[in-house]
Amino acid sequence: MVSSPTLDAREQRVWDALASIADPEIPAISLVDLGVIGEVRIGPELVHVELLPTFVGCPAIEVMRQQIGERLTELGVADRVEVEVSFATPWTSERISVAGREQLRGSGFAPPVMEGGDGLDVLAVMPIAECPYCGSRNTTLDNPFGPTLCRAIYHCADCRQPFEQFKRV
Amino acid sequence: MAESAPVAKASPELNEVGREALAELILGVADDEFVIGFWDSEWTGIAPMLEEDVATSSIAQDEIGHARALYELLADLTGDDADRIAFGRAPDAYRHAALLNHARGDWAFSVARRWLYESADAVRLTALASSRWAPLAQLTTKMRREETYHRLHVDAWLRRLADAAPDVRERLVDALVRLWPDAQEVFAPLPAEEELVRAGFLPEPLRALHAAWQETVRPVLEPIIGALPPAEPSIDGRTRRTDDFGWLHGQFTMVARSIEGATW
Repeated sequence: MVSSPTLDAREQRVWDALASIADPEIPAISLVDLGVIGEVRIGPELVHVELLPTFVGCPAIEVMRQQIGERLTELGVADRVEVEVSFATPWTSERISVAGREQLRGSGFAPPVMEGGDGLDVLAVMPIAECPYCGSRNTTLDNPFGPTLCRAIYHCADCRQPFEQFKRV
Repeated sequence: MAESAPVAKASPELNEVGREALAELILGVADDEFVIGFWDSEWTGIAPMLEEDVATSSIAQDEIGHARALYELLADLTGDDADRIAFGRAPDAYRHAALLNHARGDWAFSVARRWLYESADAVRLTALASSRWAPLAQLTTKMRREETYHRLHVDAWLRRLADAAPDVRERLVDALVRLWPDAQEVFAPLPAEEELVRAGFLPEPLRALHAAWQETVRPVLEPIIGALPPAEPSIDGRTRRTDDFGWLHGQFTMVARSIEGATW
């Protein structure tokens, strides 16, 4: 999406700028790879960005909104920047990019497991996580709730490390 | 600087009757989530074990986050301010179900209340996710995905306490029996309900949702506590208030009252 050759130079600059903003809670991943950027409309006077919260109550939403506004205003591609927090497209774990999943793993977070049924049926898929340190699946769920709304806590029986998983939702 | 676009687009197709009916519906759901969120947050730091401290706090944060999004939807609809709606009302202006009037009690009581609430909320959210008012349908669709974790959690606790030693089980049973009548009030009739159903904002009448909820909970609860008496929602199910809630209201408005009109 970001590298599509049909995008004009302004659009490319906007997406590059968005890709340079890190998630405030997990700085290893950018807002674009996290999948929280929805539709981006670039008009002559207005840039409109749709922001899709991972969790409705995520306290980082306002920080993200401000950072997007500041970064795009600095860019000077339009007079006005509007950031709309939207639920029109529900954010789901599927929105995390392949690169984003690796970035999560690289910083010690297991990416959400994508096997099994729909995200609503978490009962079936929840107790699975791959240890981000050693790759083992010999892991146990310690707590489906963690230090932030989007994280669960696991323990790896092979390398004996506790670790967190970005929850599937 | 970025401008904050309203959560919901202006809805010119809504007439005044529809707008007021919708506002009343959203206020009830928002207040439910807000109040249970604050009761849950009372466990932060003192839950029976560390895992539960984390879990209950996280669930409380989810619920208050849901309330915030609903208050913003409401503020947008009525031209009000979300913080004012959340913190600027007298206790008798809140519209949460009577189930949420009770103080948190002991752990068994909190589990019993949360189980009753989550099961009722699930039925309600499923209906609202197909509301004809798109902003409400979109928000509740997203909320449902998160509530699945809450139900998983409280369901496990219900079963755990039900299978525990007799004195533990007894506390759970007492709490469920005591809360059963007030749990019906999640489906208490709304004055403008006919309009809501007619417009498709509420896809099914509350009495139909209530019946559907009872059908799902009886098979789980009756093996634990025995036959449940017939129970129906009442007309004042969302307007009755208690001293317990008065106390909680004093707590959650304390900071907002300290500097009137401050921007957070």
